[in-house]
Amino acid sequence: MSADDPHDAQLVPRGKNGRAPDVFRPAAWIPMREYPQDEAVDFAIVGTGAGGGTLACRLAEKGFKVVAFDAGAWWRPLEEFASDETHQGKLFWTDERICDGENPLHLGNNNSGKAVGGSTVHFAMVSLRFRPEWFRSRSLLGYGADWPLDWREMWRYYGEVEEALKIAGPVNYPWGPKRPRYPYRAHELNASALVLARGCEALGIDWSPTPLATVSAPRGDAHPCVYRGFCVSGCATNAKQSALLTWIPRAVRAGAEVRDLAMVGRIAMGHDGRASGVEYMREGRWQFQRARNVVVAGYAIETPRLLLMSATERFPDGLANSSGLVGKNLMVQLNQAVWGTMDEEIRWYKGPPSLSLTEHWNYEDKGKDFFGGYCYMSQGPLPVAWVSTQNGRGLWGQRLQDEMRKYNHQAGLKIVGEAMPQERNRVTLADEKDRYGLPVARVTYSLCDNDKRLVRHSLDFMSLALEAAGARDVWRETDDTCHLNGTARMGDDPATSVVNADCRSWDIDNLWICDGSVFPTVGGVNPSLTIQAIAMRTADRIETLAARGDL
Amino acid sequence: MTGLPRYPGYDVTAKRDTPSWDDVTRTVIDERLATPHEPHFFDVVEWQALCALCACIVPQDRERPVVPVAALVDARLANNLGDGYRDARLPPMRDAWRIGLRALDAESRSRHELPFSSIAEEARHALLTDMQEGGLDGPEWRGMPGAVFFAKRVLHDICGMYYAHPHAWSEIGFGGPANPRGYVRMVANRRDPWEAAEARPGREDQAYKENRRVR
Repeated sequence: MSADDPHDAQLVPRGKNGRAPDVFRPAAWIPMREYPQDEAVDFAIVGTGAGGGTLACRLAEKGFKVVAFDAGAWWRPLEEFASDETHQGKLFWTDERICDGENPLHLGNNNSGKAVGGSTVHFAMVSLRFRPEWFRSRSLLGYGADWPLDWREMWRYYGEVEEALKIAGPVNYPWGPKRPRYPYRAHELNASALVLARGCEALGIDWSPTPLATVSAPRGDAHPCVYRGFCVSGCATNAKQSALLTWIPRAVRAGAEVRDLAMVGRIAMGHDGRASGVEYMREGRWQFQRARNVVVAGYAIETPRLLLMSATERFPDGLANSSGLVGKNLMVQLNQAVWGTMDEEIRWYKGPPSLSLTEHWNYEDKGKDFFGGYCYMSQGPLPVAWVSTQNGRGLWGQRLQDEMRKYNHQAGLKIVGEAMPQERNRVTLADEKDRYGLPVARVTYSLCDNDKRLVRHSLDFMSLALEAAGARDVWRETDDTCHLNGTARMGDDPATSVVNADCRSWDIDNLWICDGSVFPTVGGVNPSLTIQAIAMRTADRIETLAARGDL
Repeated sequence: MTGLPRYPGYDVTAKRDTPSWDDVTRTVIDERLATPHEPHFFDVVEWQALCALCACIVPQDRERPVVPVAALVDARLANNLGDGYRDARLPPMRDAWRIGLRALDAESRSRHELPFSSIAEEARHALLTDMQEGGLDGPEWRGMPGAVFFAKRVLHDICGMYYAHPHAWSEIGFGGPANPRGYVRMVANRRDPWEAAEARPGREDQAYKENRRVR
């Protein structure tokens, strides 16, 4: 067993002994700085995905001493990512979680990564900006909660993230305020994307090539996309601009240390009521890293779980939880779809799964009987994902086999829809324990009437669009969800939020939360670009606060 | 498209040594194809029920090479590779399967005095339809809802493993592994020479010829 053997990435830590894996070269390494555990680093960051990875990079580049922890493995995609949906289950958080409520969620491969780089290693790369009004949805649109952030400031950070990831997108984007041109040219559209375009044109609404975080031309050591189609099973080409390939190597170069296969189980608290470091399991034993600041960036389930598990006598309901809101207001995004059969051979397995989209119903408020918005995108599920969708409508036996035979003639339209924040949707701790002896997360979810109205509206509209594009036998997938947000919302008032606009917890001034957990609302677009923009802003704010002695 | 698409002669594994497969993929698929055909997790009684169940959920004709789907499900359970989430109404994956298969046998015995694997196909289908619709709730289920077990374990695990097998990919004309070559022809009705050719009515021979050349 050694860190050099690809099969052992999940058994033997690779970020050790002054080196880290070179994600761009087989079997190669890059040097990495290491910090002693008993000297306090400036920041211990729990999680290395869109939130933690971005923040680790930016803080290290500003000269802070950073150690980032991830429970998952540190992969080299070129030699370790197979073209196989099943095998690539190794990228997902497959430790047990218990799901209940009226609409028990599907986690794992649906929305939960476990790897250095987090869920960005398997995300679909869709990189969209929020509609500006969503940052003040309560005041301007009458639902949800206002963010403590100004959209114009976010607009600037969105631009910085798009540049950092070399987003490939169209010259003109049809919706929202003017934005700069995307750094890389849009990808060629596949047949599936052109079905969406045809439907939109028939119904008289705009559509666009999807801005994607996969490069359409060479970038440094990263090869351009080869339209292999296994994006959500991990990119073996290195075209995908995941945190694993972008923020993490930059962070290491800037002096951050990243510890893989390191499961943080507790934030330690000092007698002064401030965080003193993190307890983590690595190489079979619990260890302790001292830190002046702790950042939790474990995404919307692991973040509240860690805060709740770290309860002390002084903080009996968990850390940063004087509002009682830690774990509450969990928000998925609605992910329903319409599917149909085309006369043409579509072969949607070629190319990124969602090459085209429309944000029409994010920006159009007339004609809606619900709050919030949705975009919808073209689709390209591979066989295991597709049979799961067919199972979802109860098919088995010969009927299932016959449906599956139409695989190369299928097309579909799928929403990313705005779910409303509800306190009853939440993450709590179950009695059951995981392999570390830590309580398993219980995830409770129920759709509200507004969610159901949004779904109905979207399915009605997309059915028309898909039929207008020439599809037959159109049917509706009514129960899917995606993404995870909320559970530690940001706000202006300590009574109704967990962190402030800087992602700093109200209760403990050296405890920060920087991931999708801080979203007060989710909007109708994929969250990764917004999480990264918030992390970039947080790094800038920390620099400012440090400069004036406010850390 | 008239009738169900067919890809005569297409075998995705013929691309094994082409630029569509890389080393790690070859290793992974070789391992899957070498899955032992006898059970390691289930006992003999459970195994017979599972094999009969798989034959109902993913029926296989004799025209195509057989996908050893029961063995793949057994291997998954032997390795205890979970999904990362569990419907609160179900026990952990391994327990759910053991309870579910024994309950299925018990329901079959109470109706037909025979285990599930020994009853006729029609009777099997009737039982499974009842399970799917929530009609089975004998004491052997130990409180586990049969309909939830059917949706979240039976369909999820059996179909997921069936469509993880290259024979299933060949059957539906999926391109299969595609690294590093990927694809070039992206628009409708175009195929790269390393993709499956769909048979046109009356021209199956031509598709067969093209599919034998897929490399």
